Amino acid sequence: MECVMGVVGRDFAVVAADTSAVQSILVHKTDEDKVMVLDSHKLMGASGEPGDRVQFTEYIQKNLHLYQFRNTIPLSTAATANFTRGELATALRKNPYMVNVILGGYDKDAGASLYYIDYIATLHKIDKGAFGYGSYFCLSLMDKLYHPDMTVEEAVDLIDKCIKEIRLRLVVAPQNFVIKIVDKNGAREYARRDLVGDNASVDAATTVTA
Amino acid sequence: MAMKVDMSALETNFSIPCLDDGDGMHLSADSPDVPSMVLPTCADFDGFQAATKDMVKNKRGTTTLAFIFDKGVIVAADSRASMGGYISSQTVRKIIEINPYMLGTMAGGAADCQFWHRNLGNKCRLHELSNKRRISIAGASKLLANILYSYRGMGLSIGTMIAGFDEKGPGLYYVDSEGARLVGNRFSVGSGSLYAYGILDEGYRFNMSVEEAAELARRAIYGATFRDAASGGCVSVYHVGPDGWKKLSGDDVGELHYHYYPVQKTPVEQEMTDAPSTSA
Repeated sequence: MECVMGVVGRDFAVVAADTSAVQSILVHKTDEDKVMVLDSHKLMGASGEPGDRVQFTEYIQKNLHLYQFRNTIPLSTAATANFTRGELATALRKNPYMVNVILGGYDKDAGASLYYIDYIATLHKIDKGAFGYGSYFCLSLMDKLYHPDMTVEEAVDLIDKCIKEIRLRLVVAPQNFVIKIVDKNGAREYARRDLVGDNASVDAATTVTA
Repeated sequence: MAMKVDMSALETNFSIPCLDDGDGMHLSADSPDVPSMVLPTCADFDGFQAATKDMVKNKRGTTTLAFIFDKGVIVAADSRASMGGYISSQTVRKIIEINPYMLGTMAGGAADCQFWHRNLGNKCRLHELSNKRRISIAGASKLLANILYSYRGMGLSIGTMIAGFDEKGPGLYYVDSEGARLVGNRFSVGSGSLYAYGILDEGYRFNMSVEEAAELARRAIYGATFRDAASGGCVSVYHVGPDGWKKLSGDDVGELHYHYYPVQKTPVEQEMTDAPSTSA
């Protein structure tokens, strides 16, 4: 039920996720932020079992900070992705983390990049990707509408179309989503798309906070 | 007159070495005083705890709720303990006082909740002593969540809310034995939580007086006890403000029912009178 997706454009990467925290038929929260800001220029959108998701992303975030403290330079996005995959792989046959991750980052030399890391430690560098039941509806949409070097408006529009399709076609679809962006200026929240809850806006579709 | 020396301190309860009889000291194989531990007779030694828990089927028969409003946090719970169809107690204290400014709610296994809340209280006190300041609610809930995460899959059953007041103001966290930790403004936990959410979500406003908030909590728990068989007993309502928690009320749900739905005198359609006497 949890949807995470990402798209890479010209010098930026967008990572979006739903913001529902669900247990069986009960929605505990509609504003749970699942896209963690790992450091100034990295975003990690994660979906999976509740304890694993928070514990694993915080573990990666703290290890990233530790590397930066020890070596004064931050880890690159590619190295972060490989480190994350390595941790998932090591734990896999002992005490696996049931977490799927979309990692987006910006490096001065490599530009914007997006990585797909699933719970059995598969790693792919991708232009567009999605996890969860929502991916069944979004991936084909992304395949059709994506083109390289998209602008921020085009990429967010693509994400909005994916969200609209999920809301339309997925039974018990998550209602609220968060969209975060990372570019040369850093990683930050771009917008929320709230249909329900305390922050839902009247016209329902768009609220921009950036 | 002989003095008797107390030699009991020399008795060992575990291995009793035999006297040297030529080939060195060796342990007595079957001394009658050595205590032994009975191991469970099952194939899967590591998983039997979780299997037992599944057999007992703790279904979190309870209703607890908590919400933040402008004057602090309200915490409320019912007081019924059930074992399947048997009501084992109507007077369980499900709101646990961790320390004078923090409360925890109990849902799931009673022993698990009581033990780990007590343990959390100890850790919070140690934090205060080491750091010369109170622990925050975020910190306390993270301590508990990390402990429960490390026991994942081993059969603990805890669905708790940590509510309190710290330097940042009112705090409310939902922590459970699956490892989840959620921050929020209102939560309800237990088998009756869905019923309680209905009333709580409808009547909730951030700006309320303490009495209005307590009445909302009471009504929501009552509503859940009415519809959920595993919830009942009494409704306890606590308020946590800047000066700590205070118990506001404890009402039996049976009495609350007639308070909310007083008995209406049904209009009499036809008066029955005695038949006229037919004495001769």
